[in-house]
Amino acid sequence: MKRFVYADNAATTQISPEVLDAMMPWLTDGYGNASSIYKKGREARIAMEEARHKVEKALGVPQSRPDYPVEIYFTSGGSEADNWAIKGAAHLMAPKGKKHIITTVFEHHAVLHTCATLEKEGFEVTYLPVNEKGLVTAEQVESAIREDTALVTIMYANNEIGTIQPIPEIGAVCKKHGVLFHTDAVQAVGNVPINVVEQNIDMLSLSGHKIHAQKGIGVLYCRKGIRLPNLIDGGAQERGRRAGTENIAAIVGLGVAIEAACADIPGRAAKLSAMRDRLIEGISKMDRVHLNGDAVRRLPGNVNFSFEGVEGEALLLTLDALGICASSGSACTSGSLDPSHVLLSIGLVHEVAHGSLRLTFSDYNTMEDVDYILEVLPGVIDRLRSMSPLWERITRA
Amino acid sequence: MLYSEKVMDHFTNPRNVGEIEDANGVGEVGNAKCGDIMKMYLKIENGVIEDVKFKTFGCGAAIATSSMATEMIKGKTVDEALKLTNSAVVEALEGLPPVKIHCSVLAEQAIKTALADYYTRQGIDPTPFVGELKDPDEEHLACEM
Repeated sequence: MKRFVYADNAATTQISPEVLDAMMPWLTDGYGNASSIYKKGREARIAMEEARHKVEKALGVPQSRPDYPVEIYFTSGGSEADNWAIKGAAHLMAPKGKKHIITTVFEHHAVLHTCATLEKEGFEVTYLPVNEKGLVTAEQVESAIREDTALVTIMYANNEIGTIQPIPEIGAVCKKHGVLFHTDAVQAVGNVPINVVEQNIDMLSLSGHKIHAQKGIGVLYCRKGIRLPNLIDGGAQERGRRAGTENIAAIVGLGVAIEAACADIPGRAAKLSAMRDRLIEGISKMDRVHLNGDAVRRLPGNVNFSFEGVEGEALLLTLDALGICASSGSACTSGSLDPSHVLLSIGLVHEVAHGSLRLTFSDYNTMEDVDYILEVLPGVIDRLRSMSPLWERITRA
Repeated sequence: MLYSEKVMDHFTNPRNVGEIEDANGVGEVGNAKCGDIMKMYLKIENGVIEDVKFKTFGCGAAIATSSMATEMIKGKTVDEALKLTNSAVVEALEGLPPVKIHCSVLAEQAIKTALADYYTRQGIDPTPFVGELKDPDEEHLACEM
């Protein structure tokens, strides 16, 4: 029987009912400006600082100032946080003669394109390769560090293939060499235990809409003492570091969302990875399919396969007609001429990258969703292969 | 990516999918690297395209343009089929997103390549009829269009 399965939670998630309930008062009667001194404004500010504490707690930030946390900055989302951290660190360190940045080839575009902009300004960027499973090592990072290295920026977990990087080890290397370390943790929050102190993370980006809060809200954690230049100038919001009237409802929602996501990381991971593993096992039985990413160091809700002889967009459209929302790294879905840079970075040839399918789960998915996907997917693949001259070529060879 | 209803119809229920065993004109264009391969089979009798089938590896637009193109030449004379342009296919599909126009070019090329094969099999130089056909595999036509 046809059902609706939303399996694209790495793209975005639904707002949870708790988040929406927490937001509603601030979308209705609680419209005060958090900078205003009257009660309506003060109430908004108190709600905002409560949310900030929840973010601190989720990231293991020590609460040095219970009344006034100083290391969490609300932004418009993960992309702004990445831009601010990377451009800010680059411009902070450049006057000290440090104009070198280390990252990986398979970061999110918010990081890669920011690095490209800095290259045009005269910064030098080292793009570390990843292995065929999509992993980078702390040793690779260490050997790339130079006298003039300003920043290392490496994602916590990959958004397409779900590989989890050795962030604590990389953090330790950066600390040893006195290099600033930023991680884009947009996909990792709620899935992996994060502690910015123990893991030596100087800056961390996260996004609300990946953890059941709304779109347009994110966070940059920036360790006290790192005086990043502002990305957005204006009023004195966020302690003069990030201007713009605060979006209280979104901030409150993010606080509730991150608290829920991080309340029971092992329990959540167990539930999600049970669905993931059943799906991986089922798809693996099909002919000429390849799991992309690492089988073990993998986000609990991430499944990514390539199907030989099939093109990803045609696959997504067919699945959509059957009620399944998923995504692909094919060129046709990326809006460019090349398939996903992530899939190419792990050594996939173009035609195999074109046939990729990513399915990502959240708390709202069930085993019935997995079973439904496994019920319809083989027929979809068979149909597309039956009309594919590429499949004909592959099977004849 | 917004597709017209016509594109979605031809993608979901493609016309003329398959192969023709005794085809007398076969053409294949595109390449796997770009993510598009179209293969056209023609059965031509007395200058008329009696049957046409296709196989396509590619996106929704690639499948829909193949389907529409086969429908537009089926039962037509070779001369009429030679006049089929990519823009006529796009128009018949009620438009394509700009980044997908190359799919319609590929469909036109696939038909011309199959017709060239037909002429060649008849011992006739196809160039005066179909012009100089670029080899899309070498030219990376699909990627560059």
